[in-house]
This record gives sequence, C-alpha cells and structure tokens, in this order.
Amino acid sequence: MLPDEESAFTNQSTRTTEKPVPIHEKSLPTDNESVFSDTSRTPLESVTRRRFLIGGWPWRSLIYLLGTAPVAAAVGLPLLVLGLPWLVALRRITTGDLRPLGTLLVVVLVGAVLIAAFGPLLALPVAALERRRLRLIDTGPLLAGHRRPNATGPWPWLRTRYTEAATWRALGYTFLLVTAAPLLYGAVLAVPLLIVTLLISPFLVGQDVGPVSLGFGTVDSVGGALPYAVAGLLLLPAVPYLVAVLAGAHGAVARLLLHDGGGEGEQLRAELVQVAHSRARLVDAFESERRRIERDLHDGAQQRLVSLTLQLGLARLDLPADSPAADTLAAAHDQAKQAMVELREIIHGIHPQILTERGLPAALGELADRCAIPVTVHSELAGRLPGHLEATAYFVVAEALTNAARHSHATAVAVTLRQRSGLVTVQVTDNGRGGADPHLGTGLTGLADRVAVVGGRMLLSSPPGGPTLLRVELPCPR
Amino acid sequence: MSPVTRVVLAEDGVLLREGLVGLLDRFGFAVVAAVGDAETLVAAVTEHAPDLVVTDVRMPPGFTDEGLRAAVRLRRAHPDLAVVVLSQYVRPGYAAELLDSGNGRRVGYLLKDRVVDVPEFVGMLRQVVTGGTVVDPEVVRQLLRRRRDPLARLSVREREVLALIAEGRSNAAIARTLVVSEAAVGKHVGNILAKLDLPPTEDTNRRVLAVLAYLGSDTESPAD
Repeated sequence: MLPDEESAFTNQSTRTTEKPVPIHEKSLPTDNESVFSDTSRTPLESVTRRRFLIGGWPWRSLIYLLGTAPVAAAVGLPLLVLGLPWLVALRRITTGDLRPLGTLLVVVLVGAVLIAAFGPLLALPVAALERRRLRLIDTGPLLAGHRRPNATGPWPWLRTRYTEAATWRALGYTFLLVTAAPLLYGAVLAVPLLIVTLLISPFLVGQDVGPVSLGFGTVDSVGGALPYAVAGLLLLPAVPYLVAVLAGAHGAVARLLLHDGGGEGEQLRAELVQVAHSRARLVDAFESERRRIERDLHDGAQQRLVSLTLQLGLARLDLPADSPAADTLAAAHDQAKQAMVELREIIHGIHPQILTERGLPAALGELADRCAIPVTVHSELAGRLPGHLEATAYFVVAEALTNAARHSHATAVAVTLRQRSGLVTVQVTDNGRGGADPHLGTGLTGLADRVAVVGGRMLLSSPPGGPTLLRVELPCPR
Repeated sequence: MSPVTRVVLAEDGVLLREGLVGLLDRFGFAVVAAVGDAETLVAAVTEHAPDLVVTDVRMPPGFTDEGLRAAVRLRRAHPDLAVVVLSQYVRPGYAAELLDSGNGRRVGYLLKDRVVDVPEFVGMLRQVVTGGTVVDPEVVRQLLRRRRDPLARLSVREREVLALIAEGRSNAAIARTLVVSEAAVGKHVGNILAKLDLPPTEDTNRRVLAVLAYLGSDTESPAD
C-alpha cells in the first residue's frame, strides 16, 4: 500500500481492500469463484490470506518474475549505449582521474543530453509493456497518465510526451529495471535457491558430485544430507511467499512509477465534476430560458392576440347581424379565439405559469384537474422548492400522468410529495395494469435523464398486473 | 343599477388595458382609473372609491398572483366593493379565496379569455355589480370533472343545475335556461344539497359558496 495512492481513485477500487478480510473464511466457493481464486488485488495482499498456498498468486508471481529478466536484458543494451558517456565519467571519477575537468563536464553533459533526448523513446514502449505485465499481479485500475496530443503528427506527439511527468517517470522505472531490479532479485531469490538446494541435497550427494556445500556446512553422504533435506522440506512453503513478496514489491514500484494516480486520475475526476457542473448549469439555463420564452410569449404575442380578438368582438357589435361582413367577422373572431386557446396551451407546455406563481403542489393540483383519470395530490412540502427542482418534479408527474392515462387503464392515481432531510420524494402510484417499461420509449428515459441532471434518481416498479409506482428522489439542500 | 358604474381597471398589458377601457366605455361604464400593477390599484381604489374593480391576477412586480392578493385585501377592507378577477388559467383555488373574502357577494372570477366574448363578459360584470356571484363556467366545468366521487352521485340534470347554481343564477333563471318549471329546479336543488351533505338554503350566493367551499381549493379529495 503506497501512501500517495490513498488520495487517488477514491471512487474506484484501489489496491487497498475496502472490505476487511473475514476472520473465518468458511464460506464455500460459489459457482463463479473457484477455490483457487481469492479477492486479493496484489501478491502483497494475497500472502495474508489463508488460502495463499493453494491459490493462483504464487504462480502468477513466479511468471511475473520470470518475465522480468528478458525485459530487463532487452532494455539493458540500448540503455547502456545511451549511458556510455556517464559510465566513462563515473569510472574516471571513481579512479580520481578528474583532469581535464572541462572534458569530464562535457562528457557528463553529452550523456545527459543523450539520455534526455533518446531515453523517453526507449522508456515509453518499456513502460507500456510493463503496465501490460503488471496486470498479471495487479488487478487495480492502471492508467498510463499520458495526455492526448492536441494535434496529429510527430511533433505535437513529441512535444506532449517530452513535457509530461509520466514520460520521465517511465524513464526512471526503466533505469531501476536494469540497475536495482537485478540486485534485488538476486538478493531475494538466493534464499529460495538455497532452500531448493537443501531439499535436493541427498540427490546431489547421491549423484557422486563429491561433498556439497550447503551454506551451514558440508555434506558428503546421503545420510548426512537428510537433516538438511528435512529442513529444506520444512522451509519449502516459504518459497512461494518470498516469490510473491518480491513480485509484490516490484509491482508496487511499477505502479508507483507507471500508473498515474495523480495527474490523469485527478484530471479525469476534475473533468467529471466539471461535466456534472456544466450539465447542471445547462439545465438551469434551459429552465430559465423556458421561463423567459413563456414570459415573452405571454407579454407579447398572447397580449396582442387577446387584444385583437377583443377588437374583433367589439367590431361584431357594430355590424348588422344579417350583413355578409358579419359572418366573415364572426368566423375571424372564432378563429382568433381558437388561436388564443392554442397559444395558451403552448405557453403552458413551455412552462406552466401556475408553477412559477403558486409552487409545486398547486401546479400538480392543476395537472390533476386536467388529467382524465381521478388524481389525488398529497403534499407534505414545507415551502417552495428551488425552481429547477419544481420544474423537474412537475414534468416527472406530468409525464407519469400522461402515461397512466394513455397506457395503464388505471381508475385512480395518487401523487405524494415529501421532504425529508434534504431529499424531496415525488411518488406517483396508479392502480392500473402495470407493465410500464422505460425502454419502450414512454418518455421515462428522458425523465430519468432530467432527474439525473439535478442529482436525483428515478425508480420505477411496474409488475404486470400493476400497480405502477414511480418514485423520484431529488436532493434538495436546505 | 346605479346610473353610471365607476370602474377601476388593473391590467399590466397596455394593449389589452386600452381594449378593455374601450369596451367598458362603450357599454356605459365610467373607467375612473386604468392602472398596471397591484399597488397602484389599491391606491386608486382608495382614491376613487369605485363601484367595480376589474383586475388581472398576474401583474408586476412579481408576475405571480399580486392582482388576486390585492383583490382579496380590497374585499376585506370594502365588503361591498364589486370585484371581478381575470385569471390566465382555471384555478379553482383562486375562486374559493375570492369567494371567502367579504360576504361572497359581488365577486366574479373569470378567465381572461372570457373578455373577447364581449356581450357575455359585460353581462357577467353587470351581474357582479348588481350583487351577484359569477364563476367562469369553465372553472365550474373543471370542478365538476374533477370531483367525481361525491358528484358521481348526481344525475346529469342535477349536474347541469349545479353548474348553473355555481354561475350564480337564481332558480327562476335556471328554470328558464333548462326549460323546466321552477318547482322542478327547486327539487333538483334540494336533491343536490342533500346528496352533497350541504345544509339546505335558499340564498343563491350561499348556495354557490357552499358548493365551492365543498368543491374547495385543496387538492386532497375526501377519503372514500
């Protein structure tokens, strides 16, 4: 567990176990979980599990360790070429041969330029390969942390790569892979080698290879080797543990340097928050825009139309009822009245005035009045809600009532509004035949989106045969 | 009816205000003030002491229900002042609030669209001025549509009668409209009041009040 990882990916699975390991793991493996799998995310975690030895982790660790050698060897040679000037300088420094100092400095400088210029080109593919290999022993999320160049072509790519931390961390890892890794591997793997040697010492002695040195002593007969073999046998279970610990340590360093827990993750999270904010802003803007349109229509076109219709009505009084013009005017008057009704409906659909004027319960009461099915509205709201919440709740209920009237064959609908500890709950229940499916394009999906934008959630229960219950929960800060 | 009915008009839309002034002038009302917001309305009523106030519901500054609030306040202050409120949309609660103010007489709650049916509109204004109570037929229709449970017990004819009662008509007028005898109407009214568990009364406005109070503004229907 690395300290700086605690901050990253708080919302995702990290390498830390969120749930404590149960003390009694008596649960039988389920169908999809064999006895060989455990829920560890890394070898370091797996060694604490009781089933470690019979699980897959020792083998995965071993395969990982074996894979490290060819990679390190492949990287070693080109890196040696790049590091040649430094090696020369290092040798001269260690032998005290510092003259001429200028030459030495130039050599160091040339080495630095070489490594800075070509090191990343070597390190980037190595890092990519190592991340891939790391998946074998690390099931946590892995992000390269490389930014996407903002243009295509080699130069933008190079500019992006050479200016980001992930690239230089990859270079650091590559150095460690060819320097520290072999030393560490050698130191740790010497122990399992010794144990294995102890174990097979009787056979070695039996092979007539002469006396065998076993660290603590020398044996020259099968009988003398037996205690060592027994000790080796007893120590054998330690081998997988050592292998796993070494792989785990390597994996932890790899994760530290090759996984971008800070940059990309932070960036991603920041972007997500930004997206959520901008969505909310969009909804607010949308809502106020609707209100503006409604106001404009009401103050402009609607007033004009009512006034015009009134004038037509007045003009009709001045015409003798049997004149041809009277008929025409009457028709015009009727059409104007029709247009008035239609425009009123349109304006109502854009943003119901009553919602602005009297709040949610009143607006829902009016919705209930318009509905073909008898609807009861029960509100426990203390006061007015923020505008966007009122609008969201209103349109949810409107859609639910439309659906109920159209598909449910219900004879009664109940709407309830509740407000509890920062959560407004809107519930619409009907006694219809149920079977409402949000995927059938009933407008429910759009509603769910609307609800999601204000941070709420929508739940639908509509078994065949009914009843249908639509429940919307909207967070409402006090 | 007094020789000239003095009117204060409140409507924020200039076009419609002018139209209404023209209409009222033409039918012999004297418009003593035409204002554009609720505050000025109250001031104008205080200043001119008119016989009739015609006001829009939604007016500046808040564009919510300022007109209605002002109307209710004016009615409480001057119970004999005739007030007609013009509403954008059917809102039974508005009617109930208005009818609860004063003694339930001389009030009208009409939909704004009603003004374009000039003769009917003027007729309703006159009804209010002469002490009647007028609720827009459309409001009554919606109320009847909405309250199925108790009203389901009413026959079609009884519902027609109730709608006419709610419009503030007398038994005689209802009889004329439905072309039945006044006695028949009386019987219908008795049945309606009985079915709706309302105390029998012969006062037209009391009947309207009772009906509307029962049909009420709350959105919770009575439990079955």
